Amino acid sequence: MVRPQDRKFVSSDPEKCIGCCVCEYACSMTNENTFNPTKSRIRALRLGPINNLAVTCRHCEDPACVAACPRDALSQEEDTGIIMVDEEACNGCAWCISACPFGAMMMHPDKKVVFTCNSCKDQEDGPQCVKWCPEEALTFVTAQQLAQKSRISAVKNLFQEVKEKKSEAK
Amino acid sequence: MFAYAGKILRVNLTTGKVSTEPLSEEMAKSYIGGIGLGIRLLMDNSKPGTDPFDPSNPIIFATGPLSGTMGPTAGNGYAVVSKSPATGGVGEAKAHGFFGPDLKRAGYDAVIITGKADKLSYLWIDDDNVKIMNAEHMTGKSPYETDMQIREELDDYYIRVSAIGEAGEKLCRIACIINDEFRAIGRTGMGAVMGSKNLKAVAVRGTKDVNVADMEGFKEFVKLLHERMKGPATKKYKTLGTPENVLVLNSLAALATRNFSQATFEGAEKVSGEYLNEHFVKKIVGCATCGMRCDHIAVVPEGPYKGATSRLEFECLWSMGPLCGVDRLDAIIEAMRTVNEYGLDGISIGVVVAFAMDCYEHGVITKEQADGIDLSFGNAEALLAIIHKIGKREGWLGNALAEGVAKAAEIIGGDAYKYANHIKGLELPGYDLRTLKTAALGFSVSFRGACHLRNGAYSPDVKGKVNRFKIEKGRGKMIVPDGHIYNVIDSLIVCKFSRGTYYDGLKDLANYYTLATGIPITAEELDKNGERIENLARIFNIREGKGTREYDTLPWKIKNTPVPDEGPAKGAVVNDEEFQVGLDDYYEARGWTMEGVPTVEKLNELNLGEYASIVKGGKA
Repeated sequence: MVRPQDRKFVSSDPEKCIGCCVCEYACSMTNENTFNPTKSRIRALRLGPINNLAVTCRHCEDPACVAACPRDALSQEEDTGIIMVDEEACNGCAWCISACPFGAMMMHPDKKVVFTCNSCKDQEDGPQCVKWCPEEALTFVTAQQLAQKSRISAVKNLFQEVKEKKSEAK
Repeated sequence: MFAYAGKILRVNLTTGKVSTEPLSEEMAKSYIGGIGLGIRLLMDNSKPGTDPFDPSNPIIFATGPLSGTMGPTAGNGYAVVSKSPATGGVGEAKAHGFFGPDLKRAGYDAVIITGKADKLSYLWIDDDNVKIMNAEHMTGKSPYETDMQIREELDDYYIRVSAIGEAGEKLCRIACIINDEFRAIGRTGMGAVMGSKNLKAVAVRGTKDVNVADMEGFKEFVKLLHERMKGPATKKYKTLGTPENVLVLNSLAALATRNFSQATFEGAEKVSGEYLNEHFVKKIVGCATCGMRCDHIAVVPEGPYKGATSRLEFECLWSMGPLCGVDRLDAIIEAMRTVNEYGLDGISIGVVVAFAMDCYEHGVITKEQADGIDLSFGNAEALLAIIHKIGKREGWLGNALAEGVAKAAEIIGGDAYKYANHIKGLELPGYDLRTLKTAALGFSVSFRGACHLRNGAYSPDVKGKVNRFKIEKGRGKMIVPDGHIYNVIDSLIVCKFSRGTYYDGLKDLANYYTLATGIPITAEELDKNGERIENLARIFNIREGKGTREYDTLPWKIKNTPVPDEGPAKGAVVNDEEFQVGLDDYYEARGWTMEGVPTVEKLNELNLGEYASIVKGGKA
């Protein structure tokens, strides 16, 4: 039985992400041996100057993309949660693209079949976008770790506020 | 060829004709890309004496060899080159962001645009499909609004747009071109050239691969640059940013204040980088492929300009702050936002407003002529009001100022010329040249007019490597090598903020170039390229009647009004004698005649022999 604390995916911290797209270049370099963001499995988005975030596959526990595929071309790897694409079976109908709420499933411009993040499973040191991110905005984490991180920072902030309020009251 | 697209796109907006031609390896190696390639294409695609606003004046968008690669800062640039409506000579500027790499991925090293569309239009480059599209409904829109509207109409958020605002449409000679909200092809009035062609924007979607010659080697080199970018060479840009200069220059009595009336500003603390970062900067973001981020996004949190948002760098902060006597950062941020909205050169606009204020204070222009605006130094409301008038070309004064200070002084007449701080028609950037005299010399010989980015001549002054209060023999020679490096930097289009990360200078840059393109090049050859580009730009200016010694000048105030501030700088002024010594020395070091004209031998040495007739017909 694979536990949620075993499955890692690439997550981007909106506080740290600066929209530089280095992740896109690192991804296409690693997986496609070229520089081309349209072949990257992670895409950075800038909505106004302050709001930047890189988005990729989150290896959902009940992936909508797999459910949507009419040709059983998609499957989820049990251990890692990675979405596997059977490139023979996929006919590029894009149902999975409609289904994914994060835009993490994309059409490969040359192969005309869908592709998504496989956590750089063939790389010894894990996802290359995480290695290259100059702002350390990307992490390769489990859902549990994400929750923990948010919890810790929320509690820290809370106590900081309590401290400040106390000192103000004084 | 690797890294290069190997192709040049030609678009004639009058006839609608679109064609392509190959970029030869020889041209690539000799001129690199960016401004180098752009100036060469300008020279060969324009007739002498063409008015900058004539449809036949080409405007050239050029990428660099590294654009589209993962090279940090190098991967994201583009340059625009044309005959400048501000100077009448070479006009060029670079911008980073996200536009450049898409142009490369669309498959072009350069786009040469000539002609004039019959109505306001934009150019849509979708890989191999190139179309001229209607933009009449975008009339008067800001570059950012235009950008968002084009993405929406073409229904692709990842389309990149380089656009002009109202100022460009109305042919303000200080109009710029903006991509990605805040990134400007700022100087020399390139936005006005676009306006003269009825060209509102260039939109591009590039989906092709960009491949480098040695992927493993390139990757390792980029990794090294990323490491260096985490270190001290880029610390300034990652922390306080260029506004750090405010207090540094103020302490050196080099912070030109109230249109170069003083060299220190009593309000410096309130407009310092320290104050800006503490009270206004909300986030520091970065351009595509950048490993060092520098974009300080400032947001006004409260007061009359609440919500005003802009990127803010030293030069524009200075021009609309100390130079206008304005000590309120909230108003300066609002002014910057407004300047971006109209699409105006953020350096020139402040110098233009300060010029108007100086004229007003000296009674050269009246309140009636200023449409009732009280143009006293320090009046932030007046600064904002007059920017709107210039951007719209509204009223007599707004119209005159939209021409830039040189032409505005002619229109206003009288003593106005004394307050016009420009060189060759381009407004001065933020350094008091009376107390930074190497910079004075460097700015005066720059081929695009007053500019701190053509040879970095302020650096030895600010770093205390020379006696900055004096020009002596040897000072001209000193600025030559950096001039070459800066030309190379702007042709590779690496960001100048990253220049400290190339520890081995041109050797590093040569290595970078070869890893990407597969074209072997040495540091010496790159230096030669830098020299070739300098000489080519110079002879373009000579061809246009703007390139000889009498154009290498300084503004009246720099030569005639000594610094009044107490301290070691008191009394500093550039006298003609020392200035002429500097020019002689510079020309000699360049192998030019004392008229400032490259010799035929020099041109032959640089493989520019085909242009010998230009210098023979000149004053050489």
